[in-house]
Amino acid sequence: MLERRHPDPTKNREVIIRARDVEVGFGERTILKGLDLDVYRGEILGFVGGSGQGKSVLTRAILGLVRKRAGTIEVLGRNLDELSSDERRQLERHWGVLFQQGALFSALTVKQNIQVPMREYLRLSDRLLDELAMLKIEMVGLNPDAADKLPSELSGGMIKRAALARALALDPDIVFLDEPTSGLDPIGAGEFDDLIATLQRTLGLTVFMVTHDLDSLYSVCDRIAALGEGKILAEGPIEAMLASDHPWLRSYFHGKRARAVMAGGA
Amino acid sequence: MAQGTQAQEPDMTIDRAGGQTTIRLSGPWTAPHAQRVEALIGEIEAEADSFPVLFDLSGVQRLDTLGAWTLDRTRHELSAKGRADFANASPEQKILLEEAAYRDFEDQPKPRHARSVDFLVDVGQSVAGAGKDLVGGVGFLGELISAMVRVVIHPRRFRGTAVINQLEQIAYRGVPIIVLISFLVGCIVSQQGIFQLIKFGATPFVIDLIGILVLRELGVLLTSIMVAGRSGSAFTAEIGSMKMREEIDALRVMGLDPIEVLIVPRLLALIIGLPLLTFIASIAALVGGGLTTWVYGGISPDIFLDRLRAAVSLNTFLVGLIKAPFMAVVIGIIATLEGMAVAGSAESLGRHVTSSVVKAIFMVIVLDGLFAMFFAAINY
Repeated sequence: MLERRHPDPTKNREVIIRARDVEVGFGERTILKGLDLDVYRGEILGFVGGSGQGKSVLTRAILGLVRKRAGTIEVLGRNLDELSSDERRQLERHWGVLFQQGALFSALTVKQNIQVPMREYLRLSDRLLDELAMLKIEMVGLNPDAADKLPSELSGGMIKRAALARALALDPDIVFLDEPTSGLDPIGAGEFDDLIATLQRTLGLTVFMVTHDLDSLYSVCDRIAALGEGKILAEGPIEAMLASDHPWLRSYFHGKRARAVMAGGA
Repeated sequence: MAQGTQAQEPDMTIDRAGGQTTIRLSGPWTAPHAQRVEALIGEIEAEADSFPVLFDLSGVQRLDTLGAWTLDRTRHELSAKGRADFANASPEQKILLEEAAYRDFEDQPKPRHARSVDFLVDVGQSVAGAGKDLVGGVGFLGELISAMVRVVIHPRRFRGTAVINQLEQIAYRGVPIIVLISFLVGCIVSQQGIFQLIKFGATPFVIDLIGILVLRELGVLLTSIMVAGRSGSAFTAEIGSMKMREEIDALRVMGLDPIEVLIVPRLLALIIGLPLLTFIASIAALVGGGLTTWVYGGISPDIFLDRLRAAVSLNTFLVGLIKAPFMAVVIGIIATLEGMAVAGSAESLGRHVTSSVVKAIFMVIVLDGLFAMFFAAINY
């Protein structure tokens, strides 16, 4: 595992995503209610919570894929509700998303997938377009021959890497990762964690990571936010999570699997 | 954005003092300014002639992978002629310049292009593909028949509900559109028939024309084409997407035979449904023809019916109906084979649905032609 310095949480830092009093629901069901969350520039935030508690819903609400009923969400200091569609497009190029299943366009090769946002937003020469796509492919640790493959010809780990390369295509400030290590073997998951940490440092990314992988939480996350009962139950570094006496957090971080990870030397 | 407010354009000054070239870069060297970055890079390559060349990064406000890549590429290209270095890079910029360091991507194999060879390859591939389709189709027919025999031997494995459900989808829900189309075609054919036959004073023969044409050919052809388009495509899409999501494999490992579970009910529904639809389509076309002869030819409905009874015999009707189950089998087999051939991508699904419909319509027409020759030969 890579050694990382955990930034001092008491230091006054720029808030890059600020959610206040967010409420999201579908029909009769209210999923999130009164949720407050801050994400600081340059950190890796691990976002945990039981299945069906609304982790993905919050992510999708921030991304604008799900409508919220109340509350405000600010990204890079801009209230998402007050943006015109042009401003929103401007904002969207500042974030990249890695969907759980990769969501690579199946009819395009890996290289073309990465070039989709570049072609849409940037005006590049063909040469630079090719070179940058290949650079991203190498940065995420894919073999250059993967460039001309179709997503259906890739393994699970390669799909995640290719999707990460696409998420990084525009050099975003924020990257949303939805369960980046799910479906990977422990070695692959560890490598992916290292990759995220390396890219976060070199590109100065802010990473918002929904995850269930305790190893990721221990090894790469600066801060963890736990979701339950429609709001944030607790947030802070892993030590704060371990010290919390909320029953769900206790069973999550002190359960049999968690003890095994801790014993493994975190 | 927060850091975007102060951003101007990327810029540079080139200073040739003291036998060396110093390039002072300033502004944001980032992707949104890609065009300007590329223009500046071109200028550097043209103007840096006295070495060593020094890139002074102290004025750069922002650098991203695009800026770092283009700068390091330029540095690399200049270093073929003499020394070229970066100076005053901040620690973050250094990491980025290292991460995006120049490397050669050129050894990717380029696809070969030769028109004549490509054409021959295409021809060969389609011939081989057609051969494979034929062999696959025959093999599949065998599998289907053996699955059907198994179902007959073990009637408990027969999925009645699935057959009824498919019958609803294929036959019942298809009735309105098939009735409408057949009715209109009946009208059109009889109208044109009247216009031509009236010149010979033989208007009543339009009833013979309509009766025989509709019952022998048009009813079954129109129905088969509509069913190939409506149900064959749905059938390919269903099986194809089940294949994509490994549902077919899931059935197999549960010890269920996908052919028995998915395909036999659909094929049986087609075999039962197509003759029924053919009958309905023929009646609709006759009604359309009858109405048109009344309006354009002044032949009243009772005369139309009398004349029709004389013009067609039972075998005229049967010729049409006998063909229907064969059409059903052809449509079913093509739709299934195409569905099973779907691989991975959404594009592949689309391609196979299209080719399922095209092949099915083509084969239906070919089969109808073969039947026409056969019935003519046996004078039926």
